[in-house]
Amino acid sequence: MKGLRPGPVALILAALAAVFLMMPLLAVIPVSFTPKRFLSLPQDEWSLRHYVALIENPIWLAGIWLSIRIGIVASLLSTALALFFCVGIWVFRPRLATLLLGVALMPMVAPPVVSALTLYFFLVTLGQYNDVIAFDTWLGVALSHAVMVAPFAVVLITVALAQVDRRIDMAAQSMGAGLGTRVFRVILPNIRFGIIAALFLTFVLSWEEIGVTLFITSVDAVTLPRLMWMGLRDNIDPAIAAISVVLIVIVVTTILLRTIIQGLRAR
Amino acid sequence: MLLTSRQALLVGPLFLFLLVAYILPFLGVVAWSVTLPDWGLGQYQRAVSDPLVVSVMWRTLRICVIVTLVSVFAAYVLAYIWVRGSAWQRLIVELCVLIPFWISVLTRAFGWLALLSNRGLVNTWLQSLGILSEPLTMVRNEFGVVLGMAHFLIPFAVFPLVSSMRNVDERVLMAARGFGASRLRIFWQVFVPMTRPGILGAALVVFVFSIGFFVTPALLGGGRSVMAAELIYLRIFQIPDWGLGAAISVLLMLCVGLILALFLRRAQFGQVR
Repeated sequence: MKGLRPGPVALILAALAAVFLMMPLLAVIPVSFTPKRFLSLPQDEWSLRHYVALIENPIWLAGIWLSIRIGIVASLLSTALALFFCVGIWVFRPRLATLLLGVALMPMVAPPVVSALTLYFFLVTLGQYNDVIAFDTWLGVALSHAVMVAPFAVVLITVALAQVDRRIDMAAQSMGAGLGTRVFRVILPNIRFGIIAALFLTFVLSWEEIGVTLFITSVDAVTLPRLMWMGLRDNIDPAIAAISVVLIVIVVTTILLRTIIQGLRAR
Repeated sequence: MLLTSRQALLVGPLFLFLLVAYILPFLGVVAWSVTLPDWGLGQYQRAVSDPLVVSVMWRTLRICVIVTLVSVFAAYVLAYIWVRGSAWQRLIVELCVLIPFWISVLTRAFGWLALLSNRGLVNTWLQSLGILSEPLTMVRNEFGVVLGMAHFLIPFAVFPLVSSMRNVDERVLMAARGFGASRLRIFWQVFVPMTRPGILGAALVVFVFSIGFFVTPALLGGGRSVMAAELIYLRIFQIPDWGLGAAISVLLMLCVGLILALFLRRAQFGQVR
């Protein structure tokens, strides 16, 4: 076995790749402490002004709050629809299951820009009949995000269902359980971790969605990623560095905690 | 009836939702491509003959191929350590793949700008060390686009490779060793061929994702090396030329559909496990 451990060449190449992956994330940190208004390294003094701006500037808070609202609606809607869909496929195994799954996964495999244009068409057309779900409205963005993230919920819940032992369901059925009992008392409790994972992933994907959002918003529904985009496109605003550092810290803490908990459980 | 009413009650809502919010609007985009500004296939003709569009398409293809090669190579090395390294090596690789994976594409593009732009970290250091007198242009061009896209896509390529490397039967490698094969030979002639399904899967994921990718090329290309997705954006929001934008979208969709169909066909014939 020892002879098949990775050799020095593989280790060096992997180290280079790992450095490549982490480098841009680390580069953000010093930039966020610059005292200047433009992208630069702090020379003599380090400043927290860009972090203060995040709290004091109502635009950032409004963007964060909007992204949270959209994320919650998109996550609940897409997970609920995906849950019904996957349970239906699992219980009934319809003949068209493959085709139905293919349709459900379409927004995930289609080129993002095509989905963006498609959803733009959807919201512009709807906007001719109402003002609530239309181009540049928060509900319009939430619905579009639900379309984009639903396939991920379908994948996670399908994987969770694949691990459920069908004999449990058959036992319930043979004891006279109706469809409602089977779904709510037998199937759902068995896939609860899959459902939680789907809720979490769909929220995160909606929270950071930008490709579609750029096509379906302009000045009213400005989500956090849309704000960051504007700050990156025009002139590079160091406030983006500050918000990036905050986001990176959240992600790194979550992943480290998860790794540590897993490590403790494994013992 | 294809579905009974009880089946339709469960499966129906998501299907209807996607039908109304995705499939019908996509057909609407197809309709745009053949009606704006005139009825007919004129916009498709433009898409394959207009020198600007053709050059953007070739650039898109070239960048996607380079990004796929770079990403799959880097991901292969990382996956190799993830599966076969010592506990510490595994942990480090896992963190270096998962942390960028969960961080937004905007933050990652910003990181590259902070590193490589004219006032960025690398240029500042090189100039203060006296190695450079003029800043070196590393973003707002194709080089920056390739780096940024590869950075975004490597984690996606690692996962299929890890799962195919886990499927490699240890006994086969031991057998090769028993017959006296060198480590290098075991790697190239036994291990790599056995992970070919993973390599194909990873290449498919990276290529399909990169072909319609908008954000990173738009930010790191800086409007100079425009790719297909940015061209569509410009044709919809800057120069109102909706018919052409829609036609290019439909072509991209067909292209991805074709690649997926080919891949699934191969998979069905059992060549890809």
